[in-house]
Amino acid sequence: MYEALAKFAQTWGLVLFVLAFALTLAYALAPSNSRKFKEASEIPLKDEGDADGEE
Amino acid sequence: MLDRHKFLEKNSLVLTVAILVTVAVGGAVEIAPLFYLESTIEKVEGVRPYSPLELAGRDIYIREGCYTCHSQQIRPLRDEVERYGHYSLAAESMYDHPFQWGSKRTGPDLARVGGKYSDEWQRQHLIDPRSVVPESVMPPYALLDKNRLAYHDIENKLRALRLEGVPYTDEMIENAKSDLEAQVDPFSADYDALLARYPKAQIRNFDGDSSAVSEMDAMIAYLQVLGTMVDFSTYEAEENYR
Amino acid sequence: MAASDLHHAEQRGGDVMLLAAGLFVGVLSAVFTAARTADPLMSAHAMMFLAAFVAGAFALAQYVSTPREAGPYDFGVVRAGVIASVFWGLAGFLVGVIIAAQLAFPNLFYFPDLPWSSFGRLRPLHTSAVVFAFGGNVLIATSFYVVQRTCRARLFGGVAPWFVFWGYNLFIVIAATGYLMGVTQSKEYAEPEWYADLWLTIVWVVYLVVFLGTVLKRKEPHIYVANWFYLAFIVTIAMLHIVNNLAIPVSIVGSKSYSLFAGVQDALTQWWYGHNAVGFFLTAGFLAIMYYFIPKRAERPVYSYRLSIVHFWSLIFIYIWAGPHHLHYTALPEWAQTLGMTFSIMLWMPSWGGMINGLMTLSGAWDKLRTDPVLRMMVVSVAFYGMSTFEGPLMSVRAVNSLSHYTDWTIGHVHSGALGWVGYVSFGALYCLTQWLWNRKRLYSNALVEWHFWISTIGIVLYIAAMWVSGVMQGLMWRAYDQFGFLESSFVETVAAMHPYYVIRMCGGLLFLTGALIMTYNLWRTARGDVREKERAQGGALAPAPAE
Repeated sequence: MYEALAKFAQTWGLVLFVLAFALTLAYALAPSNSRKFKEASEIPLKDEGDADGEE
Repeated sequence: MLDRHKFLEKNSLVLTVAILVTVAVGGAVEIAPLFYLESTIEKVEGVRPYSPLELAGRDIYIREGCYTCHSQQIRPLRDEVERYGHYSLAAESMYDHPFQWGSKRTGPDLARVGGKYSDEWQRQHLIDPRSVVPESVMPPYALLDKNRLAYHDIENKLRALRLEGVPYTDEMIENAKSDLEAQVDPFSADYDALLARYPKAQIRNFDGDSSAVSEMDAMIAYLQVLGTMVDFSTYEAEENYR
Repeated sequence: MAASDLHHAEQRGGDVMLLAAGLFVGVLSAVFTAARTADPLMSAHAMMFLAAFVAGAFALAQYVSTPREAGPYDFGVVRAGVIASVFWGLAGFLVGVIIAAQLAFPNLFYFPDLPWSSFGRLRPLHTSAVVFAFGGNVLIATSFYVVQRTCRARLFGGVAPWFVFWGYNLFIVIAATGYLMGVTQSKEYAEPEWYADLWLTIVWVVYLVVFLGTVLKRKEPHIYVANWFYLAFIVTIAMLHIVNNLAIPVSIVGSKSYSLFAGVQDALTQWWYGHNAVGFFLTAGFLAIMYYFIPKRAERPVYSYRLSIVHFWSLIFIYIWAGPHHLHYTALPEWAQTLGMTFSIMLWMPSWGGMINGLMTLSGAWDKLRTDPVLRMMVVSVAFYGMSTFEGPLMSVRAVNSLSHYTDWTIGHVHSGALGWVGYVSFGALYCLTQWLWNRKRLYSNALVEWHFWISTIGIVLYIAAMWVSGVMQGLMWRAYDQFGFLESSFVETVAAMHPYYVIRMCGGLLFLTGALIMTYNLWRTARGDVREKERAQGGALAPAPAE
């Protein structure tokens, strides 16, 4: 069992991790997301205190 | 795919689940196999559950935070094996709930301290470490010598450990109290029965005072059993290579 | 699940009813335990729980009869968190200095008749006080602040945030008094016994509900990245806490329990927990602080939001694997050690990605480092983060670890992260929050921040330099052979050789504590609305306070 697990980890495990990392990169670097990220990064700098007080 | 990510960023519940899955992987892959792979714990002779007195001593060791300065894990490095003895096996702590491997050696490793010093040295050293080792920075534990050992719940302790897989038998649990008392009394009627239940248990008055069972008795009994259970003359290192 | 239930409950005042019912159950179980237990330690803790629950009931009555805080946000609980952070910080640093003094001068600082004062009981008190009491309160306070601001939503759950605050601090008190009395599981950084762990689990679930509930009702379309880090911190700590603390109590009315796992499995579970207490409590949580407070204070957005996303996912994925590097050359199977080492080295990359992101946020505004000592403190904290996350992977290499493990090098490494990174970024956040939450235009004194900064920095340098030298020396002495092939030093000779470094370490700690005392004075005067006479002329605030 040890050998089988080790073999799986060293082959498919590696492929899966690389794939997951590639997906994260693609998401982070996709040009279509850049406006959204720009907006998000401005959030801390907004100062208007217009929260919904009571809900 | 990108839309899915957008969904993820906007949806906090999905984000929470994604985080949980991401952080669960590492632990699952590393820890879970340890419970299933037979090679995790070596096959050795001699490791037995702690006797009630040793267990009580171990609880004091934990209570006083000894693990903050003393490891119980000898690494297979030349200097450590020469200084402390045979490197530690996983089997030697298989009944240790929780493990006491430690992470720091402000004081020396104690994995094989059993039998290295006399009971009286241990007692003196615990009462006033600098009276026997002038350069020591260890705190004094003089109260252990004065405190009577509280062992009203010793059966329950064995029971709790049995639930967790330590092979205490009904007989061991039933006789826990008398076994504990017998281990400090070399003339006890329970002597042979105790030895049968806990092979090679050391039976003597550890603190030199036979009027009562003290915390010192328990502590020294625990220290003196550390690392002495495995018979290394029969241990085959090659067969247990992992 | 519970979030929406609580949400509806909140509208009907159900949050108060729920808490009242909870307190009632709490009182009953405390009384039951106190009445049935034969264990004096459990009895003491049952009485403490009882006192806390009764006090909680009175506080709840008070809460109901006073109107809710005006304004769009719920900042009262954040203010309480700031005060608690400062208090526990001082306590934790002080205990650290005391145990450093014990190792330096054992004849002066040990008291044979006071068992609670021994190193073995005070050391867990120190680690828990700085990590969980100081760090935990900083994280709860800042997360409650940041989540409201970045979501533009009031804290969710009505009275629930207050329950989280007081409940968490009750856990701290139970844990701390337990250590002093000798109640411990002996699992490092998870020492509190089973009943304290259960209590923390309840508090933590409510914390998650409050945080998530606030995110759910946000007005902002995006979830700002700081909240990702807070969320990862809360979720992962819940997972780690529950699994590592699985135990069977000897009696349901007794304080003692035995860890469910034994030996090698217990060891790996513990260091999976222990290393990720560092990774998620002391790193992810404080990175959230970095991602909000540095951009806010520098008045510019984070250097790269893209990098922050890659940083986040790779950090949380990789960190969790790193635990086995605490168990090199032990009886842990070698494959697990190798995995731990590999991921620890990989961890260097996301860590430095985060560091670069924090530091480069200042690009184009480096002059602020000269004029704003609070911002400088936070930026230096990021530099310390970079330093210790470089040292960490290095120490996780088996060959290096064979030298460093079990020595003071580890202690030095931890403190470069703890004092430099966690300490400084927390101090920066506390300076900001005090100024903002007490609505002050500026701090009482920027000069005192300078004093705090320089005194603490000298303290940190003394501390880590002493521990690095003593640790490497210790490791080398242990493995040194003489010309005849015998071990050169007995163990106690290596202990004696530590003495001068232990004294230097103690001095370093003392300086760090002094800096924190200066901060406390400064924060107190700031909260009162004072401005130091000499600095009054220098004009207005150096950094803006957000408009209310």
